[in-house]
Amino acid sequence: MLRNQMVLVEDLHVKYGNLEVLKGITFSVNYGEKVVVLGPSGSGKSTLLKSLILLVKPWKGRIFIGGEEVTDPKTNIVKIRQKVGMVFQNYNLFPHLTILRNITLPLEKVKKMSKEEAEKKAWEVLKLVGLEDKAHSYPLQLSGGQQQRAAIARAMAMDPKLLLLDEPTSALDPELVEEVLEVLRTIASKSLITMIIVTHELDFAEDVADRVLFIDKGVIVEEGNVKKVLHDPVNPRTRHFIRRLLRRKGLLKVTL
Amino acid sequence: MIIDSLKFILSIVPFIAQGLTVTLQISLTGFVLGMVLGVFFGLGRISSNIVYHTISSIYVEVIRGTPLFVQILIIYFGLPSLGINLDPITAGILALGINSGAYQAEILRAGIQSIPIEQLNSALSLGMTKTQAMIYVILPQAIRVVIPALVNELVILVKDSALVSVIGVAELTRRGEYVVAWSWRPFKVYSAVAALYFIVCFTLSKASKYLEEKLSIPGYMTRKGM
Repeated sequence: MLRNQMVLVEDLHVKYGNLEVLKGITFSVNYGEKVVVLGPSGSGKSTLLKSLILLVKPWKGRIFIGGEEVTDPKTNIVKIRQKVGMVFQNYNLFPHLTILRNITLPLEKVKKMSKEEAEKKAWEVLKLVGLEDKAHSYPLQLSGGQQQRAAIARAMAMDPKLLLLDEPTSALDPELVEEVLEVLRTIASKSLITMIIVTHELDFAEDVADRVLFIDKGVIVEEGNVKKVLHDPVNPRTRHFIRRLLRRKGLLKVTL
Repeated sequence: MIIDSLKFILSIVPFIAQGLTVTLQISLTGFVLGMVLGVFFGLGRISSNIVYHTISSIYVEVIRGTPLFVQILIIYFGLPSLGINLDPITAGILALGINSGAYQAEILRAGIQSIPIEQLNSALSLGMTKTQAMIYVILPQAIRVVIPALVNELVILVKDSALVSVIGVAELTRRGEYVVAWSWRPFKVYSAVAALYFIVCFTLSKASKYLEEKLSIPGYMTRKGM
């Protein structure tokens, strides 16, 4: 069962104090699969991604990444995190370092690369996201779209086997959203990387994802093939949520 | 009359300035000691380890809750009954350092806690250990935040160092007292002493501005940017 599953989550419960945010989540993601997670705010989608690499401690349940049990106290979580890349809604670049240094720092300190190797790799990923001319700028000197592309570059430089994206475009002005989605589409199509993406961008989800998970109030309400869930959802809550999203974007389709 | 006063002041400055050297020595050494203690106990105050946290809290609260003057007296006059005999200068540096450490611990703690937790999360997500995240991501940002507060603390320390005169250290204030003893001109002498303290403290303030500018992170508020 674990053989082609990159990610396996079993009955995951996460609490913030007394508030139970995830109430028994079970799902799996195969190697190379691209899964989109949809859900209203407060549904627990961010918490889910964070708990996969123990940025948030699960209360109950088990998580496996690449066959190793993340939730086992004996497991070295630092080693697992080196194979997982994460991109956050608010970019979270290190403001006191240049873009180049943001990328080379983890390469030097975590992957133990030499300065030259790290810089070489950094320039590669900067090229991938189209930010070579901003390498020596500081994060706060960049636009939101540029910062997020830099954050993606930083995560990709580590050659992750699993990429987690927590609403990568939600904090961006609409005109900047597309440049980030372009980069993500390229990454999704060119590599065998496994991706879990939390997003509201339904068109992007359809372009890139194989499967969709719809989470509401801490449970998985519906799960399935991307076209099925987005166009012909089974559960009325899913239907309602998608209609709301489409209506807000002025894209309400008659078929729903 | 003014010229006579100035002549007098200039004549005593070499003597009291020797005390200034002592003041600077004990202040700076005390501050550095305070930094070491400040980092250790500051990190302890935010540690999840109960023992580390409790010891750090006790240190900070006890030292902040008692007068520096009394702390100096305890270290110099009190420790001998426990078998520890220190010369005045060492005792003075120790007292100043232990005292400053408590305040620096809190300053550092505030600085660290002002950094959004997402900075730590993104560092960890890249596979860094918590220690690496602290050293390369959190502390560099926290230091920049607390430079003004730390320089504040140093300036206070320089002025507080006058208190060690009570245990016989011939620093700036004590030397001023000597001169008053034979010259009977307290106003002129103590004004000169104050002026020397001022020169030191003002220079530290200016150095702080320079340091802040050198270390400033592009994109953050500066006077120019407003």
